[in-house]
Amino acid sequence: MNPIIAKDIKRSYGKVEALKGISFEVSKGEIFGIIGPDGAGKTTLFRILSTLLLADSGEAKIDGFDVIKDYKAIRQIVGYMPGRFSLYQDLSVEENINFFAKLFNTSLKENYYLVEEIYRHIEPFKKRRAGALSGGMKQKLALSCALIHKPSVLFLDEPTTGVDPVSRKEFWHMLKMLKAQGITILVSTPYMDEASLCNRVALIQEGSFLDIDTPENIVNKFDQEIWSANSNNMPKLLIDLRNLKEIKSAFAFGDTNHITIDKETFNKEIIEEKLKSLGHKDIILKGIKPTIEDCFMELAKK
Amino acid sequence: MKQLLSFIHKEFLHIFRDTWTMMIIIALPIVMMILFGYAVTTEIKNTNFGVLDYSKDDLSKGIVNKLKSSEYFIYENDGYNNYQEAEESFKNGDVGIILVFEENFYENLTHTGKANIQILADGSDPNTARTLVTYASSIINIYLQEKNPSPTPYQITPEIKFLYNPQLKGSYNSVPGVIGMIIMLICAMMTAVSITREKERGTMEVLLVSPIKPIYIIIAKLTPYFVISVINVIIIFIISHFIMGVPIAGNMFWITILCILYIIVSLALGLLISTIAHTQVIALLISGMVMMLPAVYLSGMMFPIENMPWILQFISNIIPARWFVAAIRKIMIMGVEVRYIVNEMVILVTMIIVLVAISLKKFKQRLE
Amino acid sequence: METVIKVENLIKRFGNFTAVDNISFEVKKGEIFGFLGANGAGKTTVMRMLCGLSKPSSGKAIVAGFDVDKDAEEIKKRIGYMSQKFSLYEDLKVWENIKLFAGIYGVKKTDIKAKTDELLRELGFESERETYVKALPLGWKQKLAFSVAIFHEPKVVFLDEPTGGVDPATRRTFWELIYKAAEKGITCFVTTHYMDEAEYCDRVSIMVDGRIDALDTPKRLKEIYSAKNMDEVFQHLAKKAERQAD
Repeated sequence: MNPIIAKDIKRSYGKVEALKGISFEVSKGEIFGIIGPDGAGKTTLFRILSTLLLADSGEAKIDGFDVIKDYKAIRQIVGYMPGRFSLYQDLSVEENINFFAKLFNTSLKENYYLVEEIYRHIEPFKKRRAGALSGGMKQKLALSCALIHKPSVLFLDEPTTGVDPVSRKEFWHMLKMLKAQGITILVSTPYMDEASLCNRVALIQEGSFLDIDTPENIVNKFDQEIWSANSNNMPKLLIDLRNLKEIKSAFAFGDTNHITIDKETFNKEIIEEKLKSLGHKDIILKGIKPTIEDCFMELAKK
Repeated sequence: MKQLLSFIHKEFLHIFRDTWTMMIIIALPIVMMILFGYAVTTEIKNTNFGVLDYSKDDLSKGIVNKLKSSEYFIYENDGYNNYQEAEESFKNGDVGIILVFEENFYENLTHTGKANIQILADGSDPNTARTLVTYASSIINIYLQEKNPSPTPYQITPEIKFLYNPQLKGSYNSVPGVIGMIIMLICAMMTAVSITREKERGTMEVLLVSPIKPIYIIIAKLTPYFVISVINVIIIFIISHFIMGVPIAGNMFWITILCILYIIVSLALGLLISTIAHTQVIALLISGMVMMLPAVYLSGMMFPIENMPWILQFISNIIPARWFVAAIRKIMIMGVEVRYIVNEMVILVTMIIVLVAISLKKFKQRLE
Repeated sequence: METVIKVENLIKRFGNFTAVDNISFEVKKGEIFGFLGANGAGKTTVMRMLCGLSKPSSGKAIVAGFDVDKDAEEIKKRIGYMSQKFSLYEDLKVWENIKLFAGIYGVKKTDIKAKTDELLRELGFESERETYVKALPLGWKQKLAFSVAIFHEPKVVFLDEPTGGVDPATRRTFWELIYKAAEKGITCFVTTHYMDEAEYCDRVSIMVDGRIDALDTPKRLKEIYSAKNMDEVFQHLAKKAERQAD
């Protein structure tokens, strides 16, 4: 049986439907990403799965235990890291981890091997108060605390939000290591580029999954053609592209613009001519492979 | 057990690391004692009293002498000849209290075992008046016991009459009052705030998802404030007794039991607030508005309950501080035996049971 | 081109910890200036000093023509500020928020009404005038917050991670608002953790351990570090960081 099973989970807050019927399964040792913006329902989903919140309808099982009936058993086997780093800011690194260890009737000494890879980065600062740590280090401490009782399933709700790209990269590296130990990881993130680091992802928007698949399949399934467009005046190019009827959408993507095209009418040479007449120089148009972000934006429109 | 101990340890760390919390805990009782208590002692010690003695026998004179020799009362004049004279001197503010002995006072007492003393006091400041009356009656009682240590003691019924006199201020009542307030503040407010802080910072989520039992979370949260409250009560007693000279007339053991009961009620209230409030600000507001104000105004520590409109009197019944203040006043200052405060103790215990039951039921296994 | 921010040998120490270690740079009128750095590199400290909220230990910073050390109050009138954490009052309606902030910045009463209409029209929010801010999706809130931050036409607007957690499409329309503001001559000083957004800036600085280790156009930076994109540039520079504390 898969360690995480969710069937048609619905949950509303008053009139607002936070989750509109979510179903998915995560297999053992998988890194499963829930990807979507703030307010899409990610945190609600995490709270339901970690037994903190009751769903209005639907059912969910963690390692075969029901989230409502067997919540006590689930609390023994999951590690949970909520969105805000839930550490005691006024306690030191050492005091935090010892406290969470005791909470699960274990000790840092006993389970040191589990967290060693992560904890040794912050061990030199073990006397420092958690509140005085940088974002990246807080994240490592919070992860160490969530791992100290040897959970078989790990719930990480937006662990990388507000963290700089270097620390984020390190964090994903740590997750890979944990996966190798056989831990099942459910992780959410608003950063689309992190999708490729998951085995499978679910794209979430306004309480519904847009798609569930491997990142490669999501890209391969994408039915639109994406081109990148550059010229000497990028902001103007974006506006001009949007005014062309052959182009369905245009968005800035880093140092280039991504456009989805109308396959019937699109012709590279004609578009180049049109742009040239609008005063653009150094025009480069080329067909590219879509990114997860392209897919998300297209799926979210539907 | 280890889980619980380490949790309690953590709670103490939170308290020790927060300068403001420490300030409130340490400085507040002392400041309040000084504010409410100090101005008081000088005035009470120098209270003048007058005597209207229709009997003029040995016993009445003995009682007057006993009062004279106590440090709380000063004898003002040679005694009034009639009621008008007495009332006149009262209105002038010459005296704070007047004893009126009935005719044949000693005879009545020896023959029937009963006699009447009327005690007149300043009704505009009822707390002071009550304290003065309490002191005078306890001095009289002690004197009578000395005179007649038989198993069937004399019964003297002091008939108390409050008269108008705006001059006097202050009272020993401040000690029960200050204990009542401080414990409510530290136990209810601090407990409520410390639990809601975990909700607000998101650490409660992690605690709930861990296998620790909710009852452990509760015990761990309450223990430090229990300890601190006990220490505070001890500090208050030390200050009031040794520095301000407030007598502790009653049985220390039962005073302790009473205080502990009240501490537990306050903790339970704090717990209840924390199950309702989601943010520290709300917790503070609820404990301030719903707990502190009634504890101060409706408990009788400042205004006498008898003088309140019936609706407030009615509400005062559900305020723990009211029962605590009444009981501690009796046992500590009047020095009565424990049987006289059984009523209050039973009420406090009932409140504990009800509050804890509701809180436990409301303390969530989940977030919502 | 007019210089709107001029920083010279700016240093900020907290005790014996040097949070900002002798930095110098200039930002021109209407420029979009990306201010990047790892958590704890000192970005927030610099932003605070430039907004007149904290005094430099030494060095000089001129913002909108005034010295941050001496004329902090004058600076505050001429800048706008918006952050991911706090932007608008959730329990006020959209128009109430606009009116409130316009009032704080001394916009004339007669102007407020007309400009409010214009702002809502530009954002396409006309139907949301009476909506409570808490009921808006995050991306809308951030767009509204930005428009409010530049309502009084400041010389500079400081944007502290304005797009954190915003959905991809709205994130892009948000940047289009930044472009429009820059075209009007408002200098935009932006921090972000999205490296694709670094590409949208005219120039980018990268702070490491309190110093500015790189400052140039995204294009030049990619050439200098022979990187494919800004993410690689950032990774390359920020990895050298030694200090950890915030």
